[in-house]
Amino acid sequence: MEFRHKDLLGIADLEPEEIRLILDTAASFKEISARPIKKVPTLRGKMMMTVFYEPSTRTRTSFEIAAKRLSADTQSLTVAASSVTKGETLADTAHNLEAMKPDVLVIRHPASGAPHFLAQRLKCGVINAGDGLHEHPTQALLDLLTVQEAKGRLDGLKVAIIGDIAHSRVARSNIYGFTKMGSQVTVAGPATLLPPYLETLGATVTTSLVEAVSGADVIIMLRLQLERMGQGFISTLREYRNYFGLAPRHLQLAKDDVIIMHPGPLNRGVEISPEVADGPHSLILEQVTNGVAVRMAVLYFLIGGEKG
Amino acid sequence: MSLLIKGGLVVDPSRHLEEPLDLLVDKGKIVAVEPPGQIPENGRRIISAPGLVVAPGLVDMHVHLREPGEEYKETIATGTRAAVQGGFTAVAAMPNTRPVNDTAAVTRLMLGQARDAGNARVYPVGAVSVGSKGQGLSEYGDLKAAGVVALTDDGLPVNSSMLVRRAMEYARTFDLPIISHCEDLELRADGVMNEGRISLQLGLKGIPAAAEEVMVYRDLTLARLTGARLHIAHVSTGGSVAIIRLAKAMGLPVTAESAPHYFSLTEAAVLGYDTNAKVNPPLRTDMDVASIKEALRDGTLDAIASDHAPHSSLEKEVEFTAAAFGLIGLETSLGLTLKLVHTGELSLLQAIDRLSTGPAQILGVAGGTLAVGAVADITLIDLNREWTVDASTFASKSRNCPFHGWTLKGKAVMTIVGGKVVWEE
Repeated sequence: MEFRHKDLLGIADLEPEEIRLILDTAASFKEISARPIKKVPTLRGKMMMTVFYEPSTRTRTSFEIAAKRLSADTQSLTVAASSVTKGETLADTAHNLEAMKPDVLVIRHPASGAPHFLAQRLKCGVINAGDGLHEHPTQALLDLLTVQEAKGRLDGLKVAIIGDIAHSRVARSNIYGFTKMGSQVTVAGPATLLPPYLETLGATVTTSLVEAVSGADVIIMLRLQLERMGQGFISTLREYRNYFGLAPRHLQLAKDDVIIMHPGPLNRGVEISPEVADGPHSLILEQVTNGVAVRMAVLYFLIGGEKG
Repeated sequence: MSLLIKGGLVVDPSRHLEEPLDLLVDKGKIVAVEPPGQIPENGRRIISAPGLVVAPGLVDMHVHLREPGEEYKETIATGTRAAVQGGFTAVAAMPNTRPVNDTAAVTRLMLGQARDAGNARVYPVGAVSVGSKGQGLSEYGDLKAAGVVALTDDGLPVNSSMLVRRAMEYARTFDLPIISHCEDLELRADGVMNEGRISLQLGLKGIPAAAEEVMVYRDLTLARLTGARLHIAHVSTGGSVAIIRLAKAMGLPVTAESAPHYFSLTEAAVLGYDTNAKVNPPLRTDMDVASIKEALRDGTLDAIASDHAPHSSLEKEVEFTAAAFGLIGLETSLGLTLKLVHTGELSLLQAIDRLSTGPAQILGVAGGTLAVGAVADITLIDLNREWTVDASTFASKSRNCPFHGWTLKGKAVMTIVGGKVVWEE
């Protein structure tokens, strides 16, 4: 099985076998990060450029570390300090950077479809690090790896994703990822944050947190953007916490070995109580470790060997 | 020199005529319509039309010509050239130019440019409110005297229901129809395509059908209150069609139009983030397409108007959320409409009515008929010509066309304005 894509734009474009390949490779790369010398020469001489139009702690840092662990060179464009502030278009920015011959461009952008737009126009590979409300494929891949390690499998599980589904690219990528690998996804949130036609993506939809977590093997909490209050999507944070925040009492409804995940950053005490976030069921930090491994695998497949 | 158009099939919805007839044109008017061979040929330019449809000149009542102000996208000269190549003898030009056409001065500028270009006739539509800002009424009397045929703030809705009421009453004072762009801006928010399965899949914010329907209902209700002549622009949803059908059944003198993209494409055209499929109102669902077609058939929709909206690469060669709304249509409107004739969804008479007679009547302008004494605005159509849409050969300055590469059957082959052949193949 080979990975035949020039770009990684979304989980929707991947076959289950390709996802399996990335996860297996990531699992083997994970070992490198545990060594005293955390480096192999696999991508020596290759160049990864990151262009982040939105802030990021985990994704950008873990892409950079992933590249460095494989001995690739990295260059990041700080958009706020770039000529984007002078009005330079996305297309022009990308073409100019491509003229410096990177092997791959990693982009995060507020416009859904921006990575597609670039992939159509650039010869080098494009990795989607999160586009608008659309997809965040490497997040879904690291979430899948985390579940695979904890449960030993990815099929036949009940996965609950809870929170602002309407504005979450992580939710979409995870719905695609978990359903492709044979698990059942239930999404929950207030109706204002559940977009219409969600069932067409293959998820079960409910406005009840209790229903979603009952019998769950995996619970993924999503961050509530605090601005949503002013926009009429929720009433108060207090009410959101009471009805959609994950608290210790909810864990009793789930399976005994339920795992709790969150893509970060957390709003402690809003969508997730500190006890749950820091408790024994939580794999939130393990997700971050897996993020480096998954991104090492993705870079390897896109620019390793003769490619890039 | 007079013209004798002979051997063609005259299709004239104004007189429910679909018959082989010859036409004699002199001094800009139709002077005789007779059975084939009856009109002598001597001294006349013969236009041989066997196998062709002879229709009253097509009238596109919703076109954005971009002049004054955005001449890099289109000018009155290039836009009217695109019109005649598409078989249109007249277009109604929308006022969202820069500056907005809210004064006699801009109206006269547009008419002057149209006259100099010598292509299709241009009927300017004036702005409902000053600058189309939705606050004060523009000078309807002056605008009418300068030559506007209707009023609209198209591009935008008029938000204030009170202003719409006053605009309708004031327009009635000067006997001008109001063309309404029906859209609730708050429901539309920052949507960029139809709210549905595809917007969910693409992660794009959606514009619900309700955003159009609530305003269609509002404007129909205000038309009933004020006695205004209301025309609903670019109808895109089955829900809007249902409300308009109800209003007509109640006897309201309302008219409505839709555009070819609303019966030829659905929201699926946006897949791949194609900015040529980004338009407002957005492309909707299969069910809406079916409703639009049914409404064109039963007359709930009186006109087909392209909403020709030229944009350059600056506006369209960008990420989807940043792209401007709009697509061009003058050169594909007829071909897409004839597709419905070929599939039997619309009769030829109905198609020509929606493209010519209907719009001419709504705007109250000459044309839309081939009766003796009528102005000689005539379109010759080859119903069976197969052709491939190639946007790079369009007369329009812009290329934002989602039909590029489509094979269509049926095309204008000659366009005559005021008895003069302004374009032929």
